[in-house]
Amino acid sequence: MTFLIQQTMLYAVPLMIVALAGVFAERSGIINLALEGIMIFGAFIGVLFVRSMQSFDVFLEAASNGDWLVLQGLEVLAMVVSAIMGALFSLLLSFASINLKADQTIGGTALNLMAPALVLFLVRVLANQNTLMMETGDAASWFMIKKSTLGIDRKTDLGFFGETFLVKVYLATYLCILLFIILSVILYKTRFGLRLRACGENPQAAASLGINVYKMRYAGTTISGALAGMGGFVYALTTANCTANGDVAGFGFLALAVMIFGNWKPGNIAAASLLFGLFKCIAAAYSTIDINGDGVYLLAELGISSHLYRMLPYLVTLVVLAFTSKKSRAPKAEGIPYDKGSR
Amino acid sequence: MKDSLLSKDGTRKLLASLISIFIGLMVGAIVVTIVGFSKDSIGPAGVWDGVRLIFGGLFATGRDAAGSLTWGFNSTAWGNMLFRATPVIMTGLSVAVAFKTGLFNIGAPGQYLMGTMATLMLALGIPSDVVPAGLIWVIAFLGGMLAGALWGAVPGMLKAFLNINEVLACIMTNWLAANIVTWAFDVSNFKNVVESTKTGYIYKTSFNGVQTPNLGLDILFPNSQVNGGILIAVIIALLVYVIMNKTILGYQLKACGANRHAARYAGINDKGSIVLSMAIAGSLAGGGAALYWLSGNTEFFWSTYQTLPAAGFNGIPVALLAANNPIGVVFTGIFMAMLDIVGQNLTGFTAYNEYITDVIIAVIVYLSAFSLVIQMWLTGKSKASKAQPQKPNDETQKGGEQA
Repeated sequence: MTFLIQQTMLYAVPLMIVALAGVFAERSGIINLALEGIMIFGAFIGVLFVRSMQSFDVFLEAASNGDWLVLQGLEVLAMVVSAIMGALFSLLLSFASINLKADQTIGGTALNLMAPALVLFLVRVLANQNTLMMETGDAASWFMIKKSTLGIDRKTDLGFFGETFLVKVYLATYLCILLFIILSVILYKTRFGLRLRACGENPQAAASLGINVYKMRYAGTTISGALAGMGGFVYALTTANCTANGDVAGFGFLALAVMIFGNWKPGNIAAASLLFGLFKCIAAAYSTIDINGDGVYLLAELGISSHLYRMLPYLVTLVVLAFTSKKSRAPKAEGIPYDKGSR
Repeated sequence: MKDSLLSKDGTRKLLASLISIFIGLMVGAIVVTIVGFSKDSIGPAGVWDGVRLIFGGLFATGRDAAGSLTWGFNSTAWGNMLFRATPVIMTGLSVAVAFKTGLFNIGAPGQYLMGTMATLMLALGIPSDVVPAGLIWVIAFLGGMLAGALWGAVPGMLKAFLNINEVLACIMTNWLAANIVTWAFDVSNFKNVVESTKTGYIYKTSFNGVQTPNLGLDILFPNSQVNGGILIAVIIALLVYVIMNKTILGYQLKACGANRHAARYAGINDKGSIVLSMAIAGSLAGGGAALYWLSGNTEFFWSTYQTLPAAGFNGIPVALLAANNPIGVVFTGIFMAMLDIVGQNLTGFTAYNEYITDVIIAVIVYLSAFSLVIQMWLTGKSKASKAQPQKPNDETQKGGEQA
């Protein structure tokens, strides 16, 4: 059970934060189809940052001495860097769709094509192979919070709660949850959030009250890019052992589905991403999931083909969308370029 | 006379595409230059080679004894370009038809994979000592198209009846297709076990004696993979052009894409039209897969559940560059295949790799997202130039050089 919850969290949290990224863009009126591409780019930047920092003695010594404060600092710094670069990358989309009034779907698709191509090109040139890895060590030994990190003896039992949420986890996961809550509050309880949402519903009305729609849409898409870039790195760190290979397995698109399923509302999105995280976790690790801890791997012993488990996340997405999309209420003005002259 | 040429809609679209291509290639060259100068192992000579290959990679023939690049007509490169253009033209047609009817078919990779599965299973599964090989070819080709059509109809139905965004539905069906194809071949007995040096591949269709006839193209381009498939793709492109522009069906599909509600008011079955145009799009993508694998000289790597075929995604830039014109798709498809050859030569002859061509393609797609702005900018130019008739002349000539 502990394993199942931890694994689900690993998948659900990046999904949640990237789905929130989608919300910020769409609530301001821009369809951000490029979430997948920005995630790929963010993952690459984060891994590259960690990799290049590893050549400094400070971090190497910290790793060998178990100086966890420095290492966690590096992790947070990498998150910040990938967020900044994700935001910069998303400016390509904002510029095309806000200033040039381009087709947002095509613009997003272009970014989705660009990110893996650029990343693979650079990874090949930098590392002479198709995957960029950490220079030394792995994500678990450098960044995972373990009992030894917390100064607890390896044999102490922390109880169910402690074993699940305190050890063998990443700081990034909790930072993402914290950020998710803060940003949700900003979206609903501040003047900025209200203005942002107004631009996604009726930009002309918003403009008539003195709101700069262009600025608001830039703000929405840039926050979206930052979150997606960071989410990409968190995904790479926690589920791909801090490697980047120009692929996040359709996670950005799943996040879009989560966003639609969650009806563009943060609370529903958090719940939806847990559901999707569970299925993604089953797909990835069904053979090693021991649900009630009795040593029986139920899902593996059912004798269902591994291919079916791998299809589950996508199949569930379609079924869930089929049941919810009739009721779903997208921001009214999403996807429509803002034109001052039109009414 | 010249300035009336620039004010024509078609000319503007063509010029906008040529400008997009030129900027795309320039971005590729800039990336190559930056990367080259920041890495000591490449140096100025390597950068110069890389830039030249990006613009003229089709004409590279190798390196001479002194180590510098040699240039000339390379029949292998040209033939392979036409061979690789075949599936991309078909997926480009697929995306273009969907665009014309107001749908964004990003599901071409999935439809392509389903076409691959049906084609290979039919071509290898029907015993060639009972059924003549030519008939098997036809069955396998039609089977590939049918499989693509059925798979394309799925997001079409989800869109028409359940109002699910077709982009999301297409992406999910892509990954479903990738898993289904892997699963189906995993349990099949078409896996190549004869050549022990290769694992994970399906037999070539020529193993069963099924192969697209060369129609003399192999004499024109010796030592290459080219075959009659490219001619079939061109014929299909012409057919699509006729259907979309000269028939009632095409008119109905386009009307539905322009305004679904107005079309319904005029008595057109809008839901049926959406499903049908996605099915047509799917059949074209599936047909592209059929033409590619029926060549009989390529092997399919069956464990594809983690990757989607690039031939499917490249249909998007092909269609966008051609402004969704079926005839234009033939040319942009060949251009895209040329970039493929360029990438291959970059990997083979320099320290760079083929992914730079994907960057170029992405830039082109990005630019075509606002090709209307470029076209408007061109119109502005042509208006301004009416006062000075000399200018558009220069513009058109520049456009020609950029090609």
